[in-house]
Amino acid sequence: MIAAENIHVTFNRGTPLEHKALRGVSLTLADGEFVTVIGSNGAGKSTLLGAIAGDVTPEKGVIRVGADDVTREKPALRARRVARVFQDPLAGSCANLSIEENLALAACRGVRRGLGLALNGARRARLRDRVAELGLGLENRMGDRMGLLSGGQRQALALVMATLADAKVLLLDEHTAALDPGMAEFVANLTEKLVVEHKLTTLMVTHSMRQALDHGTRTIMLHEGQIVLDISGERRRTMTVDDLVDMFRRVRGGAELDDDSLRIG
Amino acid sequence: MSAIAFWGAVELGLIFGFVALGVFLAFRVLDFPDLTVDGSFPLGAATAAVALSNGIDPWTSLLIAAAAGSVCGLVTAFLNVRFGILNLLASILTMIALFSVNLRVMGRPNMSLLNQDTIVTPFYDLGIPDHIVRPLVLLVLVVIVALLLGRFLASDFGLAMRAAGANPRMAQANGVDVGRQIYVGMALSNGLVGLAGALFAQIAGFADVTSGVGTIVVGLASVIVGETLFRNRSMLIALFACILGSVVYRVAVQLALSADFLFLKASDLNLVTAVLVTLALILPKLKARRRAA
Repeated sequence: MIAAENIHVTFNRGTPLEHKALRGVSLTLADGEFVTVIGSNGAGKSTLLGAIAGDVTPEKGVIRVGADDVTREKPALRARRVARVFQDPLAGSCANLSIEENLALAACRGVRRGLGLALNGARRARLRDRVAELGLGLENRMGDRMGLLSGGQRQALALVMATLADAKVLLLDEHTAALDPGMAEFVANLTEKLVVEHKLTTLMVTHSMRQALDHGTRTIMLHEGQIVLDISGERRRTMTVDDLVDMFRRVRGGAELDDDSLRIG
Repeated sequence: MSAIAFWGAVELGLIFGFVALGVFLAFRVLDFPDLTVDGSFPLGAATAAVALSNGIDPWTSLLIAAAAGSVCGLVTAFLNVRFGILNLLASILTMIALFSVNLRVMGRPNMSLLNQDTIVTPFYDLGIPDHIVRPLVLLVLVVIVALLLGRFLASDFGLAMRAAGANPRMAQANGVDVGRQIYVGMALSNGLVGLAGALFAQIAGFADVTSGVGTIVVGLASVIVGETLFRNRSMLIALFACILGSVVYRVAVQLALSADFLFLKASDLNLVTAVLVTLALILPKLKARRRAA
């Protein structure tokens, strides 16, 4: 379970650039729940993710993972329980390390790193098997540098990396936004599969209304740092992308959508 | 160039091979431009010289020097990690402070060690000419250190260090404490440089507070020469390339200095070094531009 209780985050406090990114967000995710997050630019989606991951320390409010208060826990320590995939495919892995080195690094998330060989026989075989499951043929290129792969391949591997060690929580920050449509769909489906397989409590930020409804079990909409919509169950199942876009527009005070891609995506 | 001058250059190259390994660790693995080495090299020399003249055995003096060098690295890392001082500036602060520290350690600007036993002394009885024994002993030492370093970088901890340097955000998301990696890496890097300083003092027979000037440039030159010799390499090959780069660089400088038609004197060494490093930095860019054109 993860819980955010009355989270407030303000950037550049006390300056003319002061920006209230989150204004009292409360959100509780039950174990295994898969929540998609939508909202316009600057609504606070990434800030919410950052607060849960530990990149952003809220000035008010509490973040809990399970029963523990992790509000002030450093991101590196929090990584024991919280796995992440970033929007930028280049951000989630090291270009200069090989595929298997990147995977070995992720396999140690939350474990004390000792002086044992990172790539011993048993671990190599295990990593290879996990990569083979992708069906991308990358299991034959385990020694290749990560930098040689395409953005989609890297993002698929980033998902594998996020699920190598036993995390409880998976945070996805528009992780398909930088990919071509075919690869975006592949990665989205892979996400769904891995989340179910590993019973992860998941928060997925997305720009695409379609994706927000197609994946996961619950959808929330953020606007100006507050949760303005929270749907799940029957109501969500019967909702169409157009319904969602209408709600989105109503929330924004009837203003025309400046981003038609919301509808298309 | 005489055989003795050649082997002398090789010997110096092997000593600075340790520096090259340290600089590689800081610049390439951690992506931390570290000038501390200009201070930790003479500190290694100074501590070893003081230790030797107080009757401590040569091998122990190397360990003391390496430990002293490590502390310098920790100070720089502390300034950077704890207080967020820009890495380059943090290292310059440590470096400048070390000049005074080194004077304090020795109590004077330089110390002679001419009649002291060194780590090489026992090997002079093997019947091999002295000027070849020294590089041989150094070669064995530097190869052992490079193998250990290579093994370290292939471990889970070492892999985390490489990730911390290459992509700190990703490393952090995978549970790597980037600050701690910088502490350990900087301590290792400067420990190697302190060790080099101690070896230099023992082999050259003196320690001097000014001997550190340009250590970073020489180290970087070795790394760059090594990278030019071996492209697309594994980590272990990259480490040995640093050592080879250091030797090649020293031999090249020796050649330049002994070529009469160039009118160079020994005192031109730093100028020659700076020009060589500049060329090594510019040439790949020029080549790339020509290819693009």
